[in-house]
Amino acid sequence: MTIDALLFWIFAALACGGALGVVLASRIVRMAFWLVVSLGSVAALFFLLNAEFLGAAQLLIYVGGTIVILVFGVMLTAGGAAPRLKATPGESLLCIAVAASLFGLCLFTVGSVDWVEVARRQGSISHENRPTAGTVGHGTHALGSALVGFRPAVVTTNKDGQPVKQVVLQTGYLLPFEIISVHLLVVLLGAAYLARPKQRREAGAIAASSGGPA
Amino acid sequence: MGAIGLHHYMMISAFLLATGITCMVTKRNAIGILMGIELVLNAASLNFVALGKYTRLGLDGQIFSLFIIVLAAAEAAIALAIVLNYYNNFVTIDVDRGDELKG
Repeated sequence: MTIDALLFWIFAALACGGALGVVLASRIVRMAFWLVVSLGSVAALFFLLNAEFLGAAQLLIYVGGTIVILVFGVMLTAGGAAPRLKATPGESLLCIAVAASLFGLCLFTVGSVDWVEVARRQGSISHENRPTAGTVGHGTHALGSALVGFRPAVVTTNKDGQPVKQVVLQTGYLLPFEIISVHLLVVLLGAAYLARPKQRREAGAIAASSGGPA
Repeated sequence: MGAIGLHHYMMISAFLLATGITCMVTKRNAIGILMGIELVLNAASLNFVALGKYTRLGLDGQIFSLFIIVLAAAEAAIALAIVLNYYNNFVTIDVDRGDELKG
C-alpha cells in the first residue's frame, strides 16, 4: 500500500468516525468536538486531492469559523452554570509529552531541509499560468485567476486533419464572485439584525401561557 | 489494496451525507441540526473536489467547493441568529417544544 492510499484510509476513517460521533454523542459540546474531527479530516482529504487552497480554506473557515460560531451558540443558549473543571496531573503530563513531541517533529523536519538549495531552485522557476487543476501545487494560481475572470484552457482542435492543442480563454468566475461578495454582506447584516438584543420571555410566562387554553 | 479511485471518495461522501441526514432528523437540539447540515454540505464539497480531480471537471469542482464553503458559513450565521431568536421566545433550544405558532 502506498503512502497515498494509507493516508487516504486513515483520514477517511477519521472523517466517517467523526460523523458517527456527531450522531451518537449525547452532549452538544461533544458533538461539536466530533464535528471538528470530521471536518479536519475532510480538509486532509482535500489536500490528498491536490486541492491545497481548498483544504486550507476549509480549515480556516469551517473549523476555525463555523465550529467556533456553533460553540458560541451553545454557550449563549445553555441553561445553568457549567461545572468548573481542572485537568488531573496525569493528563497534564500526557499533554506536555504530546506537545513536546510535536515540537520536536517540527524542529526535525525544518532542520533536515537544505534551505539554500530550495531558494536557489525557486528562483529559477518561471511563473507561467498553468491552466489545469489536479496537478500538484498549481491549483491556487489557477483558482485565483479564474475568480477574477482569467481562465485559460487547453483545447484540442482539428486543423487540417491533425489534432492541435491551443490555449483559449474561457469565461472565468468573476460574476459569481461578485454575487457571493454581495450575498455575504447582505447575510451578515441580516444576521446582525436578527440577533440584536431583545426582550427575553420569562420561564414563568411560558408555563402560564402553555397551561392556559391549549 | 489498489490505487485510490473516484469511487472511494464518492463512498466517503455518501457516508457523510447519510450521517448528516440522520443527524438532522434525530437531534432535538437545534444546534445539533445545524451540525447535520454542515456534514451534508461537506459531503457535497468532497464530491465536487473528487470529481474535479478524477474527471474532466477540473478546476470547476474546486471553485464550486469554494462557493459551497462561503455559502455554508453565511447560512450558519443566519441559522444561529434564528436559534437565538428561538431561545429568546421559548427559553430552550429543544425543537420539540416549539409547538405553538403564537409568538
